Amino acid sequence: MILALLALPTAAALAAYFMRADAPRRWLLVLAAVLHAALTAATWVTRAAPVASGWLALDAPGQLFLSITSVLFLMAAGYGVGYLRREHRGARTDFVEGLLFANAPEATFTACLLLFLAAMTLVCVSHRFGLLWVGIEATTLTSAPLIYFHRHHRSLEATWKYLMICSVGIALALLGNFFLTVAASNADGTVVPLILEDLVRSASRLHVLWLRAAFLLFLVGYGTKMGLAPLHTWLPDAHSEAPSVVSALLSGALLNCAFLGILRLQQVCVAAGEAAFGQELLVGFGLLSMAVAAVFVLGQPDYKRMLAYSSVEHMGILTLGVGLGGAATFGAMLHAVNHSLTKAMLFLVAGNILATYQSKSTADVRGVLRALPVSGLLWLTGLFAITGSPPFGAFLSELTIFKAALDHGRVVVAIAYLVLLALIFVGMATAMLQMAQGPADAPARRRGDTEPWLTIAPPAVLAAVVLGLGLYVPDAVRQVLEHAARAFG
Amino acid sequence: MWTDTLLVFLALSSLLLLGSSRLTRCIRIVAFQGVVLGALTLAVHRDGLSVRPLLLAVAIVGIKGVAFPWVLSRVLRAGEVRREVEPFISYNVSLVVGALTLGLSFWWSARLPLPMPPVSSLIVPIAFFTTLAGLFVIVSRRKALTQVLGYLVLENGIYAIGIGLVAETPMVVELGVLLDVFVAVFVMGIAIFHINREFDHIDADRLAVLRDWSA
Repeated sequence: MILALLALPTAAALAAYFMRADAPRRWLLVLAAVLHAALTAATWVTRAAPVASGWLALDAPGQLFLSITSVLFLMAAGYGVGYLRREHRGARTDFVEGLLFANAPEATFTACLLLFLAAMTLVCVSHRFGLLWVGIEATTLTSAPLIYFHRHHRSLEATWKYLMICSVGIALALLGNFFLTVAASNADGTVVPLILEDLVRSASRLHVLWLRAAFLLFLVGYGTKMGLAPLHTWLPDAHSEAPSVVSALLSGALLNCAFLGILRLQQVCVAAGEAAFGQELLVGFGLLSMAVAAVFVLGQPDYKRMLAYSSVEHMGILTLGVGLGGAATFGAMLHAVNHSLTKAMLFLVAGNILATYQSKSTADVRGVLRALPVSGLLWLTGLFAITGSPPFGAFLSELTIFKAALDHGRVVVAIAYLVLLALIFVGMATAMLQMAQGPADAPARRRGDTEPWLTIAPPAVLAAVVLGLGLYVPDAVRQVLEHAARAFG
Repeated sequence: MWTDTLLVFLALSSLLLLGSSRLTRCIRIVAFQGVVLGALTLAVHRDGLSVRPLLLAVAIVGIKGVAFPWVLSRVLRAGEVRREVEPFISYNVSLVVGALTLGLSFWWSARLPLPMPPVSSLIVPIAFFTTLAGLFVIVSRRKALTQVLGYLVLENGIYAIGIGLVAETPMVVELGVLLDVFVAVFVMGIAIFHINREFDHIDADRLAVLRDWSA
């Protein structure tokens, strides 16, 4: 089953690359996404057996993140068909600077999208630390061409920063892997295999100092990829310049995968009795990320950048939750689900707004509710869902983390957390409400003032799921979340 | 002692890179470093030659010593750019920084509690120095191409640490890492190609449109 999950998108990517006609290639993308989602759903019914002597396996955290990735990819694929249909062929005018530019070939784009899915799947199922590293670096390489889909100099700049900063970060994580091997070495020269289960089993024999050094490097290396402040500098550029469908995947699925890289080592640290060391660092990075995000969300003139900074904020909430431990870890797992679904939906809606208004400036967009009734409604839904208002899922998860902080007696952390959440709510609400309201005279300048169902249905489904998770978390999901939370202390 | 000789070569090539002004020369230095690294993979195996290290050494020399320089020289030739490094920090200062870093690496490595003795006492300090030199090249040089070279040196350093500290990494993982680095450099090469065409320069410091506050 695990091998099929990996082979399916890879094979589809190869086929897509060599396919000439556009229409069947688009449907191949959707077909691959549907099959991947079906396989992922099957893992919820029957346990997927580990393969390759435990290198690839699916435990609760892996299943959780794999499911998020698969669902988001399915929605993004559906949206992508509508998106690619609307894209112009040949050269066209850039609406920011009025220069001409063209798109990258669609076959390459589709192939990279599918390879990106394969790489993220690999990250979710790897239990061997070296393989995990290979997977995370592969996500960077397959997604870089996606950011450079619109071939103009701003997207090129974003791609370059993304490639360079993330590659260097991930190289440091490789150093962390070597340190972990040293930590796992016995005095007689034998080494505990770097497989998650083996390391957890013999955790008490690991060298504490080297384990700590490895954790630091993992946190800095994968944290760069995850967008933790102050290592987040590539993130707003990449998320704002990429096509919206790619931004949705980067923000909703990729950041989680990088987080999983850090969590895997935290799992070993917990087993080795070193949980507290990692937790203090995670709390610090979490609060710092939230604070940096708050500074940049307030008064942010570009709405896609605003969403990107909101991702930095939510990655901060996730690390803070895991750092606090106990019930907060459960909150963080639930929050990972809520954030991914909501943020992906918001980026998809932002894509609709961008296509109609031809501007990323918050000041240029007015009256979305009148010009694009469904998108406008989803935009407002997204605003309340992402800022953690009831009855949406994020309210539940953010409240769980807050309550756990109080229960652990971390009053200062709890207060800082609330203040930052409030600031970001004000920042996002100001911008997004202004965009939604107002007369609809200036907009609808171009084609696309009608809303094709393929650009509406995926975000609408995501909104429904987020609302549903706020009202009721199904038992099966709750169990997986609890299992995952228990692993991370 | 083949290992020590090779390690000295590794350190010298990193220092040489810090003081070199011509891009073609920098590419050649990094290629040389790739060959040294391949030889090092063989040299650290004291118990005779087996197939595994031999295969790995061939892969390393092929990718780091031949393929990368070829890709990067093509990128350099395609772009009609000035073939100077144009550093933010002058060559002399770079060399001084390099020498200080080397000393620091030795001082630091001496205090490192290793669970088992490494193959050579030089390997950890020199590998750390190479890693730091790579980082320094990335931040102190203007061109996108030199940033890629810096990344490669950083990667070489980390790989050398791996050779020194880690007895046995599975072949699949090592090849996977090598493949990733290969694709990374390939993608970066393509990106520089586009930067060339789009801007008529490959200066990474002029990629500065995207920011939150315009200065």
